[in-house]
Amino acid sequence: MRYLPLEQADREAMLARIGVPAVDALFASVPADKLMKELPDLPRTKGELEVERELSKMAARNVPAGSVPFFVGTGAYRHHVPATVDHLIQRSEFLTSYTPYQPEISQGTLQTLFEFQTQVALLTGMEVANASMYDGSTACGEAVLMANRVTRRKKAVLSGGLHPHYRSVAETLSRWGGSDVVALDPDPTGAEDIISQIDDQTSCVVVQYPNAYGTIRDLAPIAEAAHAQGALLIAVVTEIVSLGLLKPPGEMGADIVAAEGQSIGNGLNFGGPYVGLFATREKFVRQMPGRLAGETVDAEGRRGFVLTLSTREQHIRREKATSNICTNSGLCALAFTIHMTLLGEAGLRRLAQINHANAVTLADQLSRIGGIEVITPAFFNEFTIRVPGDAQQIIDALAKKGVMGGVPVSRLEPSRNDLRDLIIVASTEINTDEDRAAYVKALQEVL
Amino acid sequence: MAMNSQGRPTTPGAAGPAASGIETFTGHRGLDHEELLIFESGSLSKSGVDLPEPKPVKSRLNGLERNGPIGLPGLTEPEAMRHYVRLSQRNYAIDTGLYPLGSCTMKHNPRLNEKMARLPGFGDVHPLQPQQTVQGAIELMEALSGYLLELTGMKAVALSPKAGAHGELCGMLAIKAAHEAAGSKRSVVLVPESAHGTNPATAAFMGYTVRSIPAREDGTVSADAVREALGPDVAAIMLTNPNTCGLFEPEVVEIAKAVHDAGAYFYCDGANFNAIVGKVRPGELGVDAMHINLHKTFSTPHGGGGPGSGPVVLSDALAKFAPVPFVVRDGDELRLIEDISEAEARGQKPFGRLTAFHGQMGMFVRALTYMMSHGADGMRQASEDAVLAANYVRVGLKDLFSQPFGDQPCMHEVLFDDKFLKDTGVTTLDFAKAMIDEGYHPMTVYFPLVVHGAMLIEPTESESKDNLDLFIATMRDLAEAAKRGDVDRFKQAPRLAPRRRLDETRAAREPKLRWAPDAARKQAAE
Repeated sequence: MRYLPLEQADREAMLARIGVPAVDALFASVPADKLMKELPDLPRTKGELEVERELSKMAARNVPAGSVPFFVGTGAYRHHVPATVDHLIQRSEFLTSYTPYQPEISQGTLQTLFEFQTQVALLTGMEVANASMYDGSTACGEAVLMANRVTRRKKAVLSGGLHPHYRSVAETLSRWGGSDVVALDPDPTGAEDIISQIDDQTSCVVVQYPNAYGTIRDLAPIAEAAHAQGALLIAVVTEIVSLGLLKPPGEMGADIVAAEGQSIGNGLNFGGPYVGLFATREKFVRQMPGRLAGETVDAEGRRGFVLTLSTREQHIRREKATSNICTNSGLCALAFTIHMTLLGEAGLRRLAQINHANAVTLADQLSRIGGIEVITPAFFNEFTIRVPGDAQQIIDALAKKGVMGGVPVSRLEPSRNDLRDLIIVASTEINTDEDRAAYVKALQEVL
Repeated sequence: MAMNSQGRPTTPGAAGPAASGIETFTGHRGLDHEELLIFESGSLSKSGVDLPEPKPVKSRLNGLERNGPIGLPGLTEPEAMRHYVRLSQRNYAIDTGLYPLGSCTMKHNPRLNEKMARLPGFGDVHPLQPQQTVQGAIELMEALSGYLLELTGMKAVALSPKAGAHGELCGMLAIKAAHEAAGSKRSVVLVPESAHGTNPATAAFMGYTVRSIPAREDGTVSADAVREALGPDVAAIMLTNPNTCGLFEPEVVEIAKAVHDAGAYFYCDGANFNAIVGKVRPGELGVDAMHINLHKTFSTPHGGGGPGSGPVVLSDALAKFAPVPFVVRDGDELRLIEDISEAEARGQKPFGRLTAFHGQMGMFVRALTYMMSHGADGMRQASEDAVLAANYVRVGLKDLFSQPFGDQPCMHEVLFDDKFLKDTGVTTLDFAKAMIDEGYHPMTVYFPLVVHGAMLIEPTESESKDNLDLFIATMRDLAEAAKRGDVDRFKQAPRLAPRRRLDETRAAREPKLRWAPDAARKQAAE
């Protein structure tokens, strides 16, 4: 077996040194009737070529986003990632290292995490950020739990513009963790009145920006209303590129920003691994979940970085920890920070402008098709259209014509009959004039 | 899971001269380069990405445009390349040396896994594409499930948990949901003292009270102690097997029976499943739920702290409480059931949803690649080699080191305590730092907590006999040095790493968690 350096002679010599006749003697504490006599009923060792052949066959049954005009978003976005990013994250020293518990020989990971935390804080307009969460949805769930701790209250109010999967995660954590959630009705156009839902029992208000249907609205009045009742505002961002152009949540009064960072540096990967971004105000840092890299000095007085404030964490605090999170999304955070460094301020702004321009152009083209209505008043790179008919059927028909036209809202809200004619459409820098023309043509044909 | 000092922050000693005794003009030392932060070397106008002019359009941002700069520096491609390559060179990695971090399973990461995960059919598919366009991706999830079920002897699997601790949450929520469905109100979870910190953290998060079970003198949990702690208020036990002392729990079957007789469930922390793959099926031991760290046992890389993946296998009793999404097969067509009401219509009772989308697909591809490459025979051999290597290290060190639980075989990792360092003035932490100077990543230290000054060594199956021999010889040399009073070699260590010991107390007392320009820092201080 190509991955196992021990040869039979080595094994025998090692067994002799240990003083046992066979390896099963080392498994003596396993009840004898539980030790497997036969091999598992699975295929035997295979060479690279055979494995590659089998898996390539499976992969070929999927339609890659890059092979068709592609307009699917709703929490995961296809962006161009520079070749440098994937090369660098495959450096052995990044790829095959562990969580940086021994800082003297982990400065590479620790410094990149410190830079990552700073980038996330700057982008969101917040004071501090952690070293990443699993993804945006779990970051959002943890943000709600953190708000409950900070306010010592138990009721979270979720906007109807929150991604339905995120809502479901927050509901699951709250329900089983013993707190309450008030989830507002789906809100495609940003018309909901969330402020009237806030009272003196509310721990936090969770608002997505831009929301799951693409709508953007000013968070400042919501923040003001939340703060007046002693509640926190949690801003959720699933398309982080939007903050290249939009006013950051921190500037509008958000207390916690929970975001999905996949758009920068990371591929679609059928839903994971992604990278959760988590930022907050300095005064809440000791209630924050997750790992933190911090600056310090070494014995010679040189600047260096360590994991810090770990007295919040499970390996020290056990049942009193702020979260049970241990492994996070280190390598995806690395991809994020490398891509962000390559973009820089200038590149990020331009990238965001291109995204917005592409979405506006597409929205204008689609709205000219008879029967199609763009219902999102203000948006960044994603908007919702109303179609004459069943959205799921239209999306399936478009897929048969080789166009991935977006996400039918019914996939996320299957029990809502009033939303069956809505499609969420995303357009990023990857879309060309030809892609848009193909979409318009295919949509006209299937209607 | 490992930590360098468990709340015992290290403080560097008095600043000495540069370890090499040689000062350089640049501060670089040969191949080891000092590297500025991007906030010091980059500029707001630079970019490593060339993008076309955006089309002129009428803004639809509704006046919510950002005013003023963000403050994000950029680097051109050559500058960025050098920055990150230089930083990477300041990391220890499996690919550079033996990484005996107990409980973390730092085995070789095959590059075929990376290649497969990057096939466009896996890496470039969207989680919300029409399901008929991702049949191969769902097929991969089904195939992975099949391998996991066969290896564990369990009935169902929930793939979506994103890491081990997330998997614990998943398994424990299934247990809580099962109790609730049966109308039983139970408030206590039993957790042995030797457990990973994630276990009590998970139980406490769900509102359970944690009742601790002491380890007995041989490092294992006795069925009697469990029986004593059981009662009508107990919902579950969370037991790691093989345990964190590197031992297989000999009474696990009896414990499972006692737990079930008391109407509770058996959650097994599968962090150490790598010792018994192809040797023992946890399902046959009476386990009701167990997470599997794909990033440990099946070698999807650790990546400096993730991403992980923590699928949970479930017994018949818990299967229907698994969260959405899950895979079903209707003839030739595979489907992901994503919605709770749709799942309920199929007779399931999901406890909810743990994450957006479907789980760590990128890790699923890597783990399946690993399993297909090894095959049934290779996986069993890997477990045996891992156990053999740990015992070889144990026997090679046992006369100089101290085994807290007597002279007995271990599984895939061997645990020592610091008794052998008594009166030497050298602590476990000092010993670990001296290993760095010898070119090794230290073992896990100060974990498990049940042992004083713990040193948990997991060599894995990826090391040749020569490598193991050199490691043993090095560890012996260090132990002898400590015993003969060569304290400087330990207290000054590491001397040959990119950094000497770092002041963790200062980092925690005056947290600097992000870069800020000096002026802003001064203002903040005022």
